[in-house]
Amino acid sequence: MTRRQAMLEVLNGVCIQMWSFHYTLHGSSMASDSNISELQQNAKERLKVISGHLQKPANREQLRVSANDCKAEAADQSLEKNRAIPKRRQEILKWNGWGYNDSKFMFNKKGQAEFTGKRYRLSGMVLPALREWFEKTFGASLEHKTPARSALNPSEVPPPILNEGFVQDLKGTAIPFSHEAEDRIFRAHGHCLHEVFALREGKFERVPDLVVWPNCHKEVEKIVELACKHNICVIPFGGGTSVSNAVECPSDEKRTILSLDTSQMNRILWIDEKNLTAHVEAGIVGQDLERLLNESGYCTGHEPDSMEFSTLGGWVATRASGMKKNIYGNIEDLVVHIRMVTPRGVIEKSCQGPRMSTGPDIYHFIMGSEGTLGVVTEVTIKIRPIPEYQKYGSVVFPNFDQGVACLREVAKQRCAPASIRLMDNEQFQFGHALKPQVSSIFTSFLDGLKKFYITKFKGFDPNQLCVATLLFEGDREKVLQHEKQVYDIAAKFGGLAAGEDNGQRGYMLTFVIAYLRDLGMDYYVIGESFETSVPWDRVLDLCSNVKERIIRECKEKGVQFPPLSTCRVTQTYDAGACVYFYFAFNYRGLSDPVHVYDQIEHAAREEILANGGSLSHHHGVGKLRKHWLQETISDVGLGMLRSVKEYVDPNNIFGNRNLL
Amino acid sequence: MASKTLYSDPRLKKRDDFEDILEERRNSSDLRYALRCYTPLLYKGITPCKASMLKTTVLKSDHVHYVIQQLSKEMGESPDIIKEEAAEILEEMAQSLQLGIIRFFAFTLSKAFKKLFQRVKVNEEGIQRLQQAIQEHPVVLLPSHRSYIDFLMLSYILYTYDLSLPVIASGMDFLGMKIVGEMLRMSGAFFMRRSFGGDKLYWAVFSEYVKTMLRIGYAPVEFFLEGTRSRTCKSLTPKLGLLNIVTEPFFKGEVFDVSLVPISISYERVLEESLYAHELLGVPKPKETTSGLLKARKMLGDDFGSIHVYFGHPVSLRSLTQKKINRSNFNLVPRHIPRKPTEDIQAFVNNTGYRMVRLQQENMVVSPWVLIATILMQDLPGVDSDYLIEKTAWLRSLALLFGAFLDWPDHVPTSKVVASSVALHHNIVRNVNGRVVLIDEEKPNDNSSDDLVFKKAVTVLMCASYRNQIMHVFIRPALVAAAIHTACNARKEEVFSYFNFLRELFANEFIFTPGNAVQDFEDGCYLLVKCDAVQILKQDFVVTETGQSTISFLVAMLRPFLEGYQVVCKYLSEEVIEGFTEMQYVPAVRTFAVKMIISGSLKSYDVLSSDMQKNCLAALLRLNVLRKTKLADQITIKINQAAVTRLVDALDGKTPVQKAALARL
Repeated sequence: MTRRQAMLEVLNGVCIQMWSFHYTLHGSSMASDSNISELQQNAKERLKVISGHLQKPANREQLRVSANDCKAEAADQSLEKNRAIPKRRQEILKWNGWGYNDSKFMFNKKGQAEFTGKRYRLSGMVLPALREWFEKTFGASLEHKTPARSALNPSEVPPPILNEGFVQDLKGTAIPFSHEAEDRIFRAHGHCLHEVFALREGKFERVPDLVVWPNCHKEVEKIVELACKHNICVIPFGGGTSVSNAVECPSDEKRTILSLDTSQMNRILWIDEKNLTAHVEAGIVGQDLERLLNESGYCTGHEPDSMEFSTLGGWVATRASGMKKNIYGNIEDLVVHIRMVTPRGVIEKSCQGPRMSTGPDIYHFIMGSEGTLGVVTEVTIKIRPIPEYQKYGSVVFPNFDQGVACLREVAKQRCAPASIRLMDNEQFQFGHALKPQVSSIFTSFLDGLKKFYITKFKGFDPNQLCVATLLFEGDREKVLQHEKQVYDIAAKFGGLAAGEDNGQRGYMLTFVIAYLRDLGMDYYVIGESFETSVPWDRVLDLCSNVKERIIRECKEKGVQFPPLSTCRVTQTYDAGACVYFYFAFNYRGLSDPVHVYDQIEHAAREEILANGGSLSHHHGVGKLRKHWLQETISDVGLGMLRSVKEYVDPNNIFGNRNLL
Repeated sequence: MASKTLYSDPRLKKRDDFEDILEERRNSSDLRYALRCYTPLLYKGITPCKASMLKTTVLKSDHVHYVIQQLSKEMGESPDIIKEEAAEILEEMAQSLQLGIIRFFAFTLSKAFKKLFQRVKVNEEGIQRLQQAIQEHPVVLLPSHRSYIDFLMLSYILYTYDLSLPVIASGMDFLGMKIVGEMLRMSGAFFMRRSFGGDKLYWAVFSEYVKTMLRIGYAPVEFFLEGTRSRTCKSLTPKLGLLNIVTEPFFKGEVFDVSLVPISISYERVLEESLYAHELLGVPKPKETTSGLLKARKMLGDDFGSIHVYFGHPVSLRSLTQKKINRSNFNLVPRHIPRKPTEDIQAFVNNTGYRMVRLQQENMVVSPWVLIATILMQDLPGVDSDYLIEKTAWLRSLALLFGAFLDWPDHVPTSKVVASSVALHHNIVRNVNGRVVLIDEEKPNDNSSDDLVFKKAVTVLMCASYRNQIMHVFIRPALVAAAIHTACNARKEEVFSYFNFLRELFANEFIFTPGNAVQDFEDGCYLLVKCDAVQILKQDFVVTETGQSTISFLVAMLRPFLEGYQVVCKYLSEEVIEGFTEMQYVPAVRTFAVKMIISGSLKSYDVLSSDMQKNCLAALLRLNVLRKTKLADQITIKINQAAVTRLVDALDGKTPVQKAALARL
């Protein structure tokens, strides 16, 4: 029946961090210097990097736009240039893979892996170890290629189903819209494996019939009103980073499907320095939001791994989580006010009190509604001054058990740094494969020395050891103090400090790792990530059982090569942790690899649930995990959600069919 | 499901070949064998741990800690004192596996086994499968239990094949044996009290100890599902305590899977055969003592034939639970807090227990002597040897048709096979003037005194214990045959009703997977049709001309059991007025039966067996013919005389039994 709305773009935060690892976007390591202004400069620089990979931010845009008046903005021609992602996404984004057109992994003429483009720190670098790791881990070979279709052929895209009445009325509003094939295809998918796989093969099923770009809240209201009037299906679209099938059009939807692209609602409407909040349009992309706030000396601190592309509205609609949630909180902790347009009208609260006892929190119907109830148009979000000092770090543990025990202790003492992540041995090795060519003999000598120290002198087994990466933020003094506290705890669990560089690489790699899947797909390797949250006492058992289950299912399903089955602990909480799995395999010899992949992921999820893990920590349910929602939240729970949906959207205008 | 795969076509069952492991022992040095390099492959996920470390781990475990805290609150005792108690329990229970003592056993057992047995045959493919299984997941070894030799034999075999030695759950009785108890401990035995109902601390320590060994992959965990040695050589219904313990780590996600390995150990001649017969007749089991063991040395002069040890396919607990158990039910309570298993878990574990015992049965090797004993038991005190040879050949082909795992020598005439079997079991039968008769049968009709009855009963029960070894092959078709024979008409539903009635009645006597009546019936019918004994025309059974003798034979096979239960009923209706205690029951029934035998009104001796008496008691309680009531600290069993009468009539086929649910037929 019914459904949803949008945002779906979703998922932002969520998504895609495939394989994470080392190396970073840019340059210089963060401050470890004492000069404060330089520090600040550095911090700003870094944030800029993370957020804006545009070469040159053009001239500054006005920070404060006059209220929510759409007209104000029509005049603002420069705005578009200031945003990382243009309205015509096809100008800079891949149509059938992750990220920017100019950035990708490839094997060069010498057969060495390199990363193209200039946007990231890794860009233009050669990764000498990647090929061997790739061939060894997957049994893949550069001889066996599976190239994607090179270009999108618009004539293969199914023709749009257009509701004439609606189109007429829409024209009357002067809100920009399009039914060009490219525009529609770009908003027809998220980044689930099967979605990207189909694109690479040039296969399209149901895609949106129309794309509309409202400029403000009012225009959204207008669109939703018309949609109700003509009974068409609206699917909100933000950054398109969903990994839960949330953006996918239901294949049996007969009505006109309208993709409501929120990207033009991307202004910071005001900043309130007294209360440290900002009121922002929901279509703003994470990197833009951070960059613009930085210009005023603030940040939200919300950094999901997809923040280059995902939007504020998408975060709200999926209950996103950011890497630095230990300091700033997850999206539900950050949001102060939400405005959403539904078929029943606009829902919002009448004040911005920091906490209320006014019955169940209506924002919690919105957060995680995954586009089934309406479109989030504006959000008031908490902001913080940019931290004075940031420092990366890393710790090597003799094995994963010790690492988890350390994270548990850190959580227990409530002294988790802004971020603390623990990867297992497979990921550690993977990280090594992504080290760029070393520039000097001296560095390589140092690396060798470190390795010798850890494996020979300290007796760590290279096939057992694992690494935690850390990020500290705050006053310099406190950071240093904090750092000592964490390293002291780590030492109790056999952990050895392994340097800032390793830590920084770990985080920065997060942003390029999603590109690696595209490389794999060129050579018969497919994969994906999925996540869960689980009580502390079950973390180890869950990790090992799920990894084992994946390996077995691969064998049973006829996968000819051993898969990569690895995990990391990415967030710590008082009562448990978030665990991320990466799973990939070489599908040569399989006739329907995507189906096999889906079956294995399904089995892995069953295993997660059987081991006390949750259905999702932050990716959301979408359509991919609907199957389990009932057992997850009980019949009554599901009934409650249904009755809300029925009241808010009785005709299922927001018909993406996520969740319920 | 299991029975489908087991019985749909027994002939299709593929069984491995055997190798005699004593052969090499007879040709090479036992000492070198005992001292050879022993490097078993271990579980891939093993956490290395010494036996002494295990104890610390258990004492420190959240589970034990939690129970100690609870008890301390309940009893107002300090936790430290309770903890000390726990440490003592652990001290008493724990094994301390040591290679040295294993080598000692390897040497001495080699000597002993070579004297006692002609051959010890092992399916090597099973060994390979086990070796594989040990590396992949924690393993639970589930051997059948017919003799004290069982666990020594198993460890001996595993040592021989360089496999991980198991830790073995044993009864405390062995600890009574000086030195020997400690030696067993060092060879991997850990000791459990026979009953510790209600002792929460004991249960916590014991279960945590077993689970810890399993979780960390310390060693294969071995225990006897049947709980005790079967004195009758029929499989006993599974006891679920340990099975509950070893399945829990999987339910709670502490291990990925657990492999359950059914092992069938078949003895051509059971060492304890005479002891068992005496025990069944009320002579108390001799206490396990070291001097007793030494005295038993005299057995070394005797020949106990061959032993077959069959390692069955490892059964994945994970695959058994598929679609049956939702493990997320364990998500809401911390895993270290002990909880009573839910109903579906209990049902699952129970079912698994039965399934494993059936798998043991399936691979039990049946010797020719078992066929001979089966025939003799229908024609006591003896038969012409020509007839016996002919009948044995006939029974052999029937048994094969029914899927029995027969150990029949190649290219040897039946007469020779029979002769050598009779010779081996010289303490039960002998050949007198062309007749094979039970010993002590020189004065066959002299039943004048209790003593003589007793003496004869010992021999009969020994003989019966061999017949019992093949009952699992015949029981389903035999129950169908009895149902056809007794039911008021031959309609399928009538036959099923009566079959179901008997199956319920004998549920303690034979192994029937609970809830599997229809499948059991279908299996029985299938075999009867297959051997051309009956045809099923539409909904009616028709016994074929040639089938009459088969049906009669099968019915006769069941007769001692039917008669036994009838005797108990007769006792209840004639001798008991109000009620009786459990203590009184066994001797009273025995006395009653002896009287009947002396008076000539009872031919069968089987009912003298306390095993049958107890099974019958349990059945009658289950069927509500009897009822336990507690009167002033004493449990009295009350009789429902009307129900007894109904039961007797039903057994005689005088009244139709209540219709069973036929929905699935």
